[in-house]
Formats: sequence, C-alpha cells, structure tokens
Amino acid sequence: MFKVFYCVLARDITLAMRRRTDVLTTLFFFIIVVSLFPLGVGSEREQLRMLGPGVVWVAALLASMLALERLFAADYEDGTLEQLLLTGQPLAVLVLAKVVAHWLLTGLPLVLIAPLVAMQYHLSANAVWVMMAALAIGTPVLSLIGAIGAALTLGLRGGGILLSLLILPLYVPVLVYGAGAVAVSAIDIADTEPYLYLLSAFLLGASLLAPLAAAAALRISLE
Amino acid sequence: MMTTNWFKFASPAAFYPIAGRLIPWFGRIAAALVLIGLFWGFFLTANQLGGSNPQKEYYRIIFVHVPSAWMSMWLYLVLAGWSAIGLVFNTRLSFMMAKAAAPTGALFTFLALWTGALWGRPSWGTYWDWDPRLTSELLLFFLYIGYMALHSAIDDTRRADRAAALLAIVGLVMVPVIFLSINCPDPNQCAALHQRSDPGSIHLSILIPMLTMTFGLWAYSFAAVFARLRTIILTRESDSAWVRDVIAKEATV
Repeated sequence: MFKVFYCVLARDITLAMRRRTDVLTTLFFFIIVVSLFPLGVGSEREQLRMLGPGVVWVAALLASMLALERLFAADYEDGTLEQLLLTGQPLAVLVLAKVVAHWLLTGLPLVLIAPLVAMQYHLSANAVWVMMAALAIGTPVLSLIGAIGAALTLGLRGGGILLSLLILPLYVPVLVYGAGAVAVSAIDIADTEPYLYLLSAFLLGASLLAPLAAAAALRISLE
Repeated sequence: MMTTNWFKFASPAAFYPIAGRLIPWFGRIAAALVLIGLFWGFFLTANQLGGSNPQKEYYRIIFVHVPSAWMSMWLYLVLAGWSAIGLVFNTRLSFMMAKAAAPTGALFTFLALWTGALWGRPSWGTYWDWDPRLTSELLLFFLYIGYMALHSAIDDTRRADRAAALLAIVGLVMVPVIFLSINCPDPNQCAALHQRSDPGSIHLSILIPMLTMTFGLWAYSFAAVFARLRTIILTRESDSAWVRDVIAKEATV
C-alpha cells in the first residue's frame, strides 16, 4: 500500500517538474494577489499590519483553489484516472497520494514564500513564524477538502467557478483560525497555541475523511 | 410481528398519489398554525422589551426569524438525510426528495438572514454584522446554493443525484458549527450579538407562538416539498406508462 502511495506521489511530482510553469503560476498568482491589496487599500503601515494575515490567507485560499482544477483533470482526460480506478488498490490511498503531491507543488511553496510576503505587510518576526506554521498546517487541509470538490466537478462545463462555489464555504473554518492565529500573535505569542492545535485537529480529521469522500466522488463522476 | 414493506412507498409511482393527497392537508395545517402563531405573537404577547416604549415592538420579528432559522437547519439535515438514504439504498425517490427540499431550505435560510437584517437595523444599528451565527447562516445559504448549482450543472440525472448527495453529506459538518456558533470560542475574536439561550429560559408567551410558527413552517415545508416532488417525479418518469395515464386523466378533468 505504501508502495502504491509512493508510486503515485513520485509520478505526479515528476510530471509537474517536467512542466514547471504550472507550479510557478500558482506561486506568482499568490504573490500578485497579495501585492495588489496595498495598492488598493493604501499603504499605511498600521493598516497593512492589521490586514496582512487575512489578505495572505485569502490569497492562499484562492491560489490553492485555482490549482485544484488540475488535480484530476489531466488524468481524467487521458484516461489514467480510469486505470487508477481499475487497479484494485484502495482508491482513497491513491487520492491521498495525489493530494500530497498537489500540496507539495502548490501549498509548500506558499509556506516558503510567506516571509517575503509578510515583509510587504510589515509583520513582526514572531508573526512570520506563526504565519508559516499556520500555513503549513492549514494549506494541506485546503488541498484535502478541495480534492472532494475537484472530484465532484470533474469534466463539467464551468467546472472552475462551480468548484469555488462548492468549496469556499467549507474553507471558512481554516481561514478563520489560520488568520486568527496570526492576528492573535500580535497580542501574545502564547495565545496562538489553541489556534494551531485546532488547525491540526482540522488536518487530522480532513486527512482521515477527505480521501474517502473524494474517492467516492471520483467513483460517482467516472461511473 | 407484522412487517411493513417500507420500500413500497419508495416507488415514485406509489408515492405520487399519496403526496397529492397529503399536500392540501399540510397546506391547511400550515395556514392555520401560521395564522395562530402570528396572531398570538403580534397581538396577544405582551411587549417584552420596551415596557411602555412602543418603538421596541420590532422584537416581534423573532416570531418569523427564529422559526425560519430553525427550519433552515432542519431542512439541511433532511436534505443530507435523504441523500444518505439514496446513496445507501439506491432509491430514486430519496434523491428526488433531497432535490425537492433544497429550494425550500434555501428560502428559509434567506428569510432568516433577511428578517435578521431587519431586526439588526433598529436593535444593533446595522443591517449586517460579522456575528458568528449570522456568518454561519450565510455559509449555510452558500451550501444550499452549491448543492443546487452542482445538481443543475450535471446533465446526467444519476450522476447529478449522487454527486450532489455526496456534497450535501460533506456539507453536514457545517450544521453543528452553525448550531453551536452561538458559543463564541473567544470573546476577543468575535463579538457575539446572539446571546446564549435555552428554551427553558424563554417566557412561555413568546415560546408558544414561536413553536406554533415553527410547526406551521414545518407543515408548509411538507406541502411545498411534496408539490415540488410531484413535478420532479413527473419529469423524470415521463417515459413510463403510469405517468402517461396520470397526464391523460388530468387533461380530461
């Protein structure tokens, strides 16, 4: 089972590395969205410091959602997905491998670029660490929940917009506690712990249930 | 022990006439209960907020607001429940029931938000605030919209039914969040405008009309959902002989 997991993971990452622009597009989308806000709302330091956590999280949400469309689409078009369904391996494990690959390619870069983005918003060093931790725990949850939506909207016309309609309401708890952790760190760094614990709980719950739901959704879509 | 074959009514052909006979009854019950509840709440219940200040009469919105908020959550449970039954037993009627319940649920969610805004303006000085419960009710509205959007985006009925059903079950995680969002986890983070309450602490002259309204809206939901269900049945089963008989019969009346 681990072998299957590793195989799918390695395959997806190799494929993505052959076409790096896809990965970079998501990253630059994130940077551009974050950079647009100061131009729109004005660049006073205090205001930016207050807006920063929320803006970064919303941008991360949108970036991860845009990338989701591609999670199953290419495999669906060339028939690989059907073959994966026929392998007799547990589909949830295959889905989990694909989600992990997806996160490594789109979520992890966002975590790593966070300090740079935080500088644009004059966040303190503590807030940067908290933001990185929160993003590191929170973005996998986004990928996991998003996989369900991506599987449900597979091959539909207007799938992208539909996907956002289905998935964004479910992202809200992650957004609230992710941005909350960073905002609270400005008051007292010790107060961030419950937020991070709660995000971790979301991650555990999502990694247990979301692959199963996404696998069921894939079966429905490919029936 | 007598065994009842519950699946007998799971056939659209068997349920169609039953639903037709039940609709007028539920309609009458709904009209009666809503009239009683509103009359009681608007005219018989004493003014609870303002004392002699007639401006506080706006609190009577509660007789529409709370029942519709309850129904919005309840109908989502109904929707998800029928979806789950449909996925497990593979019964066509369950999916139709779920699909028929969605617009009524969305309607009540909208009504709860709308009456909430009308209540908020005089009492809090704003139509909208990011109170946890308001926000989560808005999310519920998005869930209903998402369910209907996904269903209508898929042309193949079977796939649409099953995909939307799965979405409804996934969205179920939000219902306890909405229900419990009154207990704000951190008072510094969210200024909760709704206060914690339990039915025992509500004055009976408010509680009884509120419950009457709730049952009235519940009966209305039955009538509306059954009416919608009948058209869905006719549309989907339009190839079958019994539907042609029904249509032929209704055309002659």
